[in-house]
Amino acid sequence: MKKDIILAGVGGQGILSIATVIGEAALNEGLYLKQAEVHGMSQRGGDVQSNLRISSDPIASDLIAKGGADLIISLEPMEALRYVEYLKPDGWIVTSSAPFINIPNYPDLDELKRHVESFKNHVMLDVESLAKEAGAPAQAANMVLLGAAIPMLGIDHDKMIEGVKRVFARKGDEVVAKNVAAVEAGYANGIKL
Amino acid sequence: MKHLLLGDEAIAQGAIDAGLSGVYAYPGTPSTEITEFIQLHESRRKTGAPIFCKWATNEKTAMEAALGMSYMGKRALVCMKHVGMNVCADAFMNAAITGVNGGLIVVAADDPSMHSSQNEQDSRFYGRFAMIPIFEPSSQQEAYDMMEVAYLMSERLHTPILMRVTTRMAHSRAVVITKDSEPQQNAMPVPENVKHFILLPAFAKQNYNELVEAQTVFEQEAVESTYNAYSKGKNPKIGVVATGIAWNYLMENYKEEMGYSLLKVSQYPFPKALVKQMVSDGAETIIVIEEGQPVIEELIPAYIPSYVKVLGRLSGTLPRVGELSPDCVRQALGLEPLPKNESDSIVVARPPALCQGCGHRDMYAALNEVAREYPSPRIFGDIGCYTLGALSPFHAIHACVEMGASITMSKGAADAGQHPSIAVIGDSTFTHSGITGLLDCVNSNANVVILISDNLTTGMTGGQDSAGTGKLEQICCGVGVEKEHVRVVVPLPKNMEEIKQVLREEIDYNGTSVVIARRECIQTLKRHLKAKKQQG
Repeated sequence: MKKDIILAGVGGQGILSIATVIGEAALNEGLYLKQAEVHGMSQRGGDVQSNLRISSDPIASDLIAKGGADLIISLEPMEALRYVEYLKPDGWIVTSSAPFINIPNYPDLDELKRHVESFKNHVMLDVESLAKEAGAPAQAANMVLLGAAIPMLGIDHDKMIEGVKRVFARKGDEVVAKNVAAVEAGYANGIKL
Repeated sequence: MKHLLLGDEAIAQGAIDAGLSGVYAYPGTPSTEITEFIQLHESRRKTGAPIFCKWATNEKTAMEAALGMSYMGKRALVCMKHVGMNVCADAFMNAAITGVNGGLIVVAADDPSMHSSQNEQDSRFYGRFAMIPIFEPSSQQEAYDMMEVAYLMSERLHTPILMRVTTRMAHSRAVVITKDSEPQQNAMPVPENVKHFILLPAFAKQNYNELVEAQTVFEQEAVESTYNAYSKGKNPKIGVVATGIAWNYLMENYKEEMGYSLLKVSQYPFPKALVKQMVSDGAETIIVIEEGQPVIEELIPAYIPSYVKVLGRLSGTLPRVGELSPDCVRQALGLEPLPKNESDSIVVARPPALCQGCGHRDMYAALNEVAREYPSPRIFGDIGCYTLGALSPFHAIHACVEMGASITMSKGAADAGQHPSIAVIGDSTFTHSGITGLLDCVNSNANVVILISDNLTTGMTGGQDSAGTGKLEQICCGVGVEKEHVRVVVPLPKNMEEIKQVLREEIDYNGTSVVIARRECIQTLKRHLKAKKQQG
């Protein structure tokens, strides 16, 4: 088993929380893991990404090669497209449909969505609305996205839910329940393989 | 115990478990998390001896304090980003001459590709320059393990050790297996020979001779190191030398059937004997893969016959600049690129920007308006979040070079006849390297305005304590700026007129003045409010 994942978004959106949950579940499965993060200046409202690699065999490179990623998980549609060069031709894009517009020349949203939809394997969800519908705060949108990505991650749904519970355990039962609900909402609204 | 650690955290945990007594550092990407991890460890520590872990004012004070701790026989750690090595170079170079008593490790975190830096300098040059051993881990586990090995070596050979990492090691997470035993700190045996630490020429000459003689020992250590490994291949005409994390990119792409001779290097001085062995085993071409500048590629030809072709960043086999990637190493090994999607031209750049509500924004808004009232203003910026004032929408600064340069460059410009000549510097950068420059301004009454944008923290690296918080007016007056020309404003939109007026008055004053624009960083403010709320 080997999955190379690019997590994408804008600084502050919470891509690293997604990585934390996947990492927790992967380690619990006894998988190897490497995760390259972006810290420092680029966090200030700029584009951020993290390369997350999980595998049943030891992993060499901290970075994913172009054409090597199985999956892009993005909290922002344009940010998903920023890394398509890294995606395998038959790789998956799982992205939020909500644009984060903090630049004057943000592309036309409809055209942007058409570009995402031009990829055969894509899931595009309004993750913030789904979070709210599930009774979770908008900040749990990243967990909705994670739920939608579960079928592509190669880690069992129940194992992933266990991971969510462990990661949020110290924040109390209510926070755990809301985050689990958010993940389930994403899972229910995504695509099953 | 198994932990999921960043490379930086693995270094920190390795130092703690090796019996560290003090860490000295100034924040700088990608090194900051080392000290932060030790601070977190200290805040939770219930047993054992304390570890000193308060931030230093700059890398030079950090290096010197660490040398003092080593002098007393304790194990000390100094951490910085690569350009910090320039700041501490005097202390660093001479610590190689004094040697150490307690183990002393200097961690330099290089930033090839300049993700958060102004250059790509390779700290291995500093290690070679100082003639001390260098460790360059290829994995987070090695980073952890090397700390104890390096402390033992530092004490055994009486030398500081340079630990060199790069962004992808510092900021990449992997599982690290750590020791479970309770760390033991050294006692305080004073140096056996105090003359070693008194660098009068007569003593220093003796020390330097010893350091030169020690080179063969250092190199033998590298040849025998378990972190360096040579293996002869079935197709030994081609050899590959890979250093530090470059080894990972090689392994990512290497196929058993290639059969090349391989040399992994994670400890220096460069083990010449191993590359000579590669050649005597038949290597006619040697590909050198190293993160950073072509340090080894430049060295190797001197050790081997001239018929052997050496390929790497200098030959164009790998890119001359920027960090390595699995892709460029793949290409260097002669492999076809993986099939991939074309990049999508609809994607536009999303440069980092100052946060909404940040005080630097209001400071720049006022400064820009006032600057426009003068025919030819010059504004010298400095290193911090506020460097982003160079970008849209502010386009406010005309220079940014290195820590503290805003003040001294504005002085030099004023000396040349420029008016208004304005420096913009953050509070932490000011105490790091701006105070001495301000003294230069005062001593010639330079016609400059030094605008200290004080957000009460070291913001860009994530909000660490700032050395001058609560002391800036006293420092400026103490250095000799006239009290009536040390002005304080609060950068908020409602104070715009007042700020502009203060700036005008100080620009029109013919002499050195300081304007402090003070408002807490909104990121640390949010954190402080949240903590307060949780405390109830």
